[in-house]
Formats: sequence, structure tokens, C-alpha cells
Amino acid sequence: MDTTKNIKFNVQSLNLFYGDFQALKDISFTIYENEITALIGPSGCGKSTFLKTLNRMNDLEPNVTLHGSIQLDSQDINKDMDAIELRKRVSMVFQQPNPFPKSVYENVAYGPRINGIRKKAQLDEIVEHSLRQAAIWEEVKDRLHKSALGLSGGQQQRLCIARTLALEPEVILMDEPTSALDPISTMKIEDLASELKKNYTIVIVTHNMQQASRISDRTAFFLLGNLVEYDTTIKLFSQPSDKKTEEYITGRFG
Amino acid sequence: MHNSAMKKRIAKAKAVDSVMTKLFYLIGSFFLVFLLVLAGYIIVKGILGFYPELLTFSSKGIGNQFFNTIYLVFLSLVISVPLGVAAGIYMAEYSRDGKFLTFLRICIESLSSLPSIVVGLFGYLVFILLTGAKWNLMAGALAVSILSLPLITTTTEDAIRSLPKGFKEGSMALGATKWRTISKVLLPACLPRIATGVILAAGRGFGEAAALLYTAGQSTIINWSNWDVTSSTCPLNPFRPGETLSLHIWAMRTEGSLNPNAPAIANFSAAVLVIMVLAFSLLARITARRISKKSGGQI
Ligand SMILES: Nc1ncnc2c1ncn2[C@@H]1O[C@H](COP(=O)(O)OP(=O)(O)OP(=O)(O)O)[C@@H](O)[C@H]1O
Ligand SMILES: [Mg+2]
Repeated sequence: MDTTKNIKFNVQSLNLFYGDFQALKDISFTIYENEITALIGPSGCGKSTFLKTLNRMNDLEPNVTLHGSIQLDSQDINKDMDAIELRKRVSMVFQQPNPFPKSVYENVAYGPRINGIRKKAQLDEIVEHSLRQAAIWEEVKDRLHKSALGLSGGQQQRLCIARTLALEPEVILMDEPTSALDPISTMKIEDLASELKKNYTIVIVTHNMQQASRISDRTAFFLLGNLVEYDTTIKLFSQPSDKKTEEYITGRFG
Repeated sequence: MHNSAMKKRIAKAKAVDSVMTKLFYLIGSFFLVFLLVLAGYIIVKGILGFYPELLTFSSKGIGNQFFNTIYLVFLSLVISVPLGVAAGIYMAEYSRDGKFLTFLRICIESLSSLPSIVVGLFGYLVFILLTGAKWNLMAGALAVSILSLPLITTTTEDAIRSLPKGFKEGSMALGATKWRTISKVLLPACLPRIATGVILAAGRGFGEAAALLYTAGQSTIINWSNWDVTSSTCPLNPFRPGETLSLHIWAMRTEGSLNPNAPAIANFSAAVLVIMVLAFSLLARITARRISKKSGGQI
């Protein structure tokens, strides 16, 4: 594949079990820096599970066993890194918008405060910048100190993205960020993702084939815990090498 | 044909719905009326027997008992709120499901259904006989804490467990530690519910008599011009005996009935107690709401 790009994540022989159930089977692939990598596949095939292994959110679940290695910039995230440090570098936006029951401002300032930023002026600046980046500033600038729970679903999701951006991570993991959104909010988030990849590496789970082909550079197709095919998005959608991939992307199953 | 069957079914569902709605309104209003009548009766009866001397801080009035009640509830909350909230956090976030947790639950449930006289006698044994102290407010506060601890623990645990999983995940995904997640996101989010637990716990303190009989004692000898906390007659000394209002009511209705004013004193004390409980509940709720609203926890 493309060798001019830096490798961000290097995943080798990853196997993951929930109790006795194997949810990921011998997954190996590389995720490149400043690219959008899309994960597609039918429901229950392990996309969210895989995404969570990248910032060790699966540590929060009981009975998870994991074999294999995941390297971030050549460092093993499970052996050589602290989960807290890792999550500051690799942050996550969830499928369901999950703003904290705090004001809009406090939601966005949460991450910077974790990093020890206390000065009001500096926080104000980060909050505004992040909200602008997430294309929601105009909608919330007059209600920064009102509860974030009063926002619409689409606004909440963009707020959650702003909250992640405020932390300035290196990688942003997005688990079906637009599945609950209307076409306009979806478009805003897609534009945002394309804009963000200049500075960030993005891994996005999506059920929407058009979305994957519109915004991603590479696409990985999962099926029943296996990585069936991984290629550049153009190649995977135009000339899939696996029969199952072809069936899936043309909507003949899944 | 099909259509009319459908219409019939909808009409029936609507009828059932309206009957149930009315039924719940009825039950709701019954309880409201019942509470209003009860509280009203106690307050009116208390006021009818009122004479100014009742308001004095002397053996003729109930000022001392009023102060003792507030002080004892305060002391017991200072003990039981931090402990109970900490225990609730432990049970919701740190303990692993298993035999130990089940055992802990059974202990807490049994503790919450202990008769208060048993707790009172236990308190007498441990806080008075074993320490060799006189009856004192602190012993009473500890006894009341034993009764209110399970309440605060379970409300805190339930409140944390009922929060959406997304709050915790969202915070952890931003690189927050577990403790930060708990203290900055989870606890503020369940503040209104924890406040309910605190109100219930305080209610036990206000209303408790049996557990205080042999712990806080039935006498109050204080001197309102003595502010040396180490002195046994200083009002603020937690290690002095102190009779609370509810105990006073009980005393006035039993041995104190030689006193011709006893019924009036008891009635007035009861009225004051009811008002105190109401005022405390309101205050706690308003405070919790205000904090939660100010931080944006509520719309
Ligand atoms: N905490 C868990 N405990 C046990 N099994 C789990 C757990 N989480 C997921 N699974 C199982 O692992 C498999 C993969 O789940 P995962 O959530 O990763 O699927 P997904 O590809 O994200 O699906 P969807 O598109 O519906 O979100 C499923 O069979 C699921 O039932
Ligand atoms: Mg999923």
C-alpha cells in the first residue's frame, strides 16, 4: 500500500473475547496518519468492539480478554502506555450523543480542565475555537451557560465532537456519529471530518455506504469478527476483491 | 367489519386509560389530603395550646429541645452523609459483583430494618457503657447515624447506577481518571437524588425517640452564656446530654404528665417538629435544585 504515509496504528493478530465469545478474530491492519479510515460491516460484526480496543475503552467492561498487539506510533498501547494517557491522545465520539449534565461551556472545558488548564481566558478561547470547529458555535453562543441537555440530538452530537476537539487528541474515533442525525447535520459532520483530517487521524464506524465512500480514504470490511477486506476506499468500492465485500456494498446482504 | 373491530378496540383502550388516569389522580389526591389534614391538625392543635413561655430557653420552654434537635441532626448528618455517600460510591463503582457484594447488601438491608430501640440499646452499650461516658448528644448522633446510614448508602448507589452509561464512558474517553469521573460528572448528576436520601436520613434524626432514650439522654442542663466548648453546660459541647423534641413529646406524654401543662407542651413541640421537618425538606430540595441548575445539570 501507500508507503508515503506515516503509520498511526499497527494492529497485529488481535483477538478479543467477551467471556467465551470471540468477538474479534485475528485482526491485523494498519491505520495511517491524517487519513479517514472507515469501518463497515453488518450489525454485530465487531466494529464498535474493534474501535474501543484502540483507546482501551474495553478496559471498562468486565470479562474481556485480549490477545495480540496494538501499536500507536510504535508503542504498544496495552503494555507500554497508561490508559489515561492513551485516551488523551486517542479520544472517542459515541454513537449516542452523551453530553454531560452540565452547561455547554463546561462540557467543552471538561477535557482542557483535565489537562490542567485553569485560566479563564484560555478556556474561553479553547471553548469558542472547538465549538466553531464543530460547526455549532453560531447555534450555542448565546446559551453557553445553559444546560447541554436542552440541545437537540444533532446539536448534542456536534457538542460531543467539540468536547473531543477541545482536548486536541491525535486520533478521533467516531462510532456511527451521524446515525441519529438529519441530513443537514450529517453533512456538517462529514465536512467537519474531511476538514479535521489535516490535523487528526480519524477512524469512523458507519452503516452508510455512501458516507464511507464520500469521506474515507481507506475502508475496512468486517464480518462476524473477521476483517474480510481492507483497501483504499476507491479500490474497495469499485473493485472489491472478496465476493462477500461485493455482496455487502451492493446491498445484497447484511 | 375489520375497521369497526379496530374502532371498538381503540374505544376500549381509551376507556381503560381514562379510568386508570382517574384512579391514580384519586389515590394521589387522597394522600395529599391525608397529609395536609394530618399536618394541619398537628400544627393547629399545637398553636391552640400556645403560651409565650413555651418559646423560652429554660426548663419551662422548648427552646433547648429545639436547639438540641437541630444540633443532633446536624451531628448525625456530618457522620452519616460522607460515610453513606462513600459507601454508595464504593458499591456502585468499585466493588465487583459477587458473593461479597451480595453479603454487603444483605447487611445493609438488615441494618435498615433494625428496630430503633435495638439500635438505642446497642448505642447505650457501646457509646455509653463501654466508653464510660454520660448520656451525650454525640452518642445519640451516632445511634441515629446507624439508622440513617443504610438509607444514604442505598440512595447513592441507586442514583449512580441509574445514570446513563454514556456519562461515565464520555468522561473516561476524554482521559479522565475514575475518581475525576465520579467526583466531577457522576456525583453532581445525581445530587438531587442524593438530596432525597439526606432528607430521609435527617427525617430519622428529627423523629427518632427510642434510639435516643439511652444515648442522648432525657435531660438538658445548659447555660446560654457559657461558650467554652469543653464545659458540659456549653450548648455547643457535643458531649453533653441533650433531650430532643421528639423525646420531649414522649416524656410529656408519660412521666411528665404530672405537669398540668404537659399536653400543651407536647402538642406545641409536635407542631414545631412537623414544621422543622417540612422546612428542612424544602430547603434541602431547593438547594440541590439550585446547585444542579446552576451547573447546567437541569434544563
Ligand atoms: N459487553 C459485551 N459483552 C458480551 N458480548 C458483547 C459485548 N459487546 C458486544 N458484544 C458482542 O460482540 C459482537 C460485536 O459487537 P459490536 O458491538 O462490536 O458490533 P458492531 O459491529 O458495532 O454492531 P452495530 O453495527 O450493531 O453497532 C456482538 O455479537 C455482540 O453481541
Ligand atoms: Mg456498534
